[in-house]
Amino acid sequence: MSSTEIERQWTTRVRKNVVRALPPDKLLPDTQPTYVSSWIYVFGVLTMASLGVVIATGCVLAIFGPQWWHVSTLGHFINSMHLWSVEFFFFTMIVHLWGKYFMAAWRGGRQLIWMTGVVTFLASIAAGFTGYVSQTNFDSQWIATQAKDGINATGAGAFFNVLNFGQMLMWHIVLLPITVGIITALHVLMVRKKGVVPPFDDSPVTEDSSDGVTA
Amino acid sequence: MKRRAFNPDVDVRPWKGGHSPYDILKEGTIAVLAILVLTLTLAAVFGSPDEHAVTLQNWSKADPVDFATTAFTELNGTSETATYGQPYNSQSGYVQNIGPLHLQKWVGVHQAINTTQDFVIGPLESQVNQPSLTAALQQWRSASSQQRAQWMNSYANADAKMTYVSGSVVVPTTNAGPVSEFVNELTTMARSGALDQALLGGKTYYTTNLTKPLMFLADGGWFATLADTQHLTGDQWGMMNETGSYPGQAWLWLYTFWYQIPPFNTSANADALVWGTMMILSAGLLLVPFIPGIRSIPRKSKVYRLIWREHYQRQEH
Repeated sequence: MSSTEIERQWTTRVRKNVVRALPPDKLLPDTQPTYVSSWIYVFGVLTMASLGVVIATGCVLAIFGPQWWHVSTLGHFINSMHLWSVEFFFFTMIVHLWGKYFMAAWRGGRQLIWMTGVVTFLASIAAGFTGYVSQTNFDSQWIATQAKDGINATGAGAFFNVLNFGQMLMWHIVLLPITVGIITALHVLMVRKKGVVPPFDDSPVTEDSSDGVTA
Repeated sequence: MKRRAFNPDVDVRPWKGGHSPYDILKEGTIAVLAILVLTLTLAAVFGSPDEHAVTLQNWSKADPVDFATTAFTELNGTSETATYGQPYNSQSGYVQNIGPLHLQKWVGVHQAINTTQDFVIGPLESQVNQPSLTAALQQWRSASSQQRAQWMNSYANADAKMTYVSGSVVVPTTNAGPVSEFVNELTTMARSGALDQALLGGKTYYTTNLTKPLMFLADGGWFATLADTQHLTGDQWGMMNETGSYPGQAWLWLYTFWYQIPPFNTSANADALVWGTMMILSAGLLLVPFIPGIRSIPRKSKVYRLIWREHYQRQEH
């Protein structure tokens, strides 16, 4: 096989593009710009850490099934960890989101980073909701019977039946976690590729000093 | 290539300042440990709520009159489920629209429920060795729709005086044909737990679809009373709460907020309007980087100077 042939392979092309976009020093950096110095930056990594605990505790609950936590002290404790890690996940994510808004973190070609963050937030709300209706207790009964009216009003209730426990559980433990996981990974990789948005430059604007503004 | 003017809300200047050491793996590990400790602590101290699920059996034992009254509305087709509309049937009682968009109606019936048959007659037909019930069902089947309507009108006129005495539903009427027998037997069936199983039954052995028992449960007053004591009803910020004193889905506050104010809280289309509003707001949040004015607020508010105060302090010195 000639070297030209190897260069044309899909695998070779993908590997080269990935390495070009995310060289090791960008993927796992050991330095950062000096402006990355604020408590607000902590909330991004705390969101990721909370998501890790949510997934880990969810996996333990999945091993023993949806009814286990009602009859086991250990199960109830794992469920409590799942609940509180979800609360931390949303709290840290919302603080992160507001922080990024006031940094205008979409600047410098980072619009997709913002948008994947918002999609993750919305998908997480759906994941949280399907979790609440999959608890197999009074909460899930009441929340499902109330929520059906809103979802039916959009027409989606015909296909997304919140009163169908099996369907909601599948969305909660398969489809939505995969969605949140994939979009979060894309979000983080894009941050690594583009870097953390620099501060606003309060000095007078001159066209010559601009960056990324050619069209 | 044409150059456009620098837009501080869209563009950045390349960073030409210094860098400082950053151990991303150490930061991640510390964050996971911190969340783990906090989660373990809160789980140990506060636990999580687990109010047991309620059943039709619980309901019919706790409040047999409310159950029996609801069962009658399922039989005569006046309950919420019976009059709901899509996706359960072709009625229009709870069908909503946003202006010309009748999405709920357009998608049609996908979880068909005929309350008379599915909630009352069907479950009663599954009962065996009950001669009087078998005779009542035969009487019902052979009656005209006009005759059935007369029986149900007679029962409806008297059911406000319904009582539950010595294990039986008592309604002071003699012209209700088999209706009294149906309501009484369905209540007995519910109190035994058989109705919960009958409503779960489907075309296959396994089922996870609780649509029918939950719809029946939600048609009565008892279920809402329980929710009210747990501060879960709509005017109590509804489903963003959960049982007990737990934070619940606090992130749904904006969604729940609209239900508390006009015109949403007085509209028959409240759900459709709230969902429409939230979809527009969600799209707006997604597109913030492209919306002039909204994307300028961070720069004009100068909150960023608080976030990057160390950076600006260094610049000033």
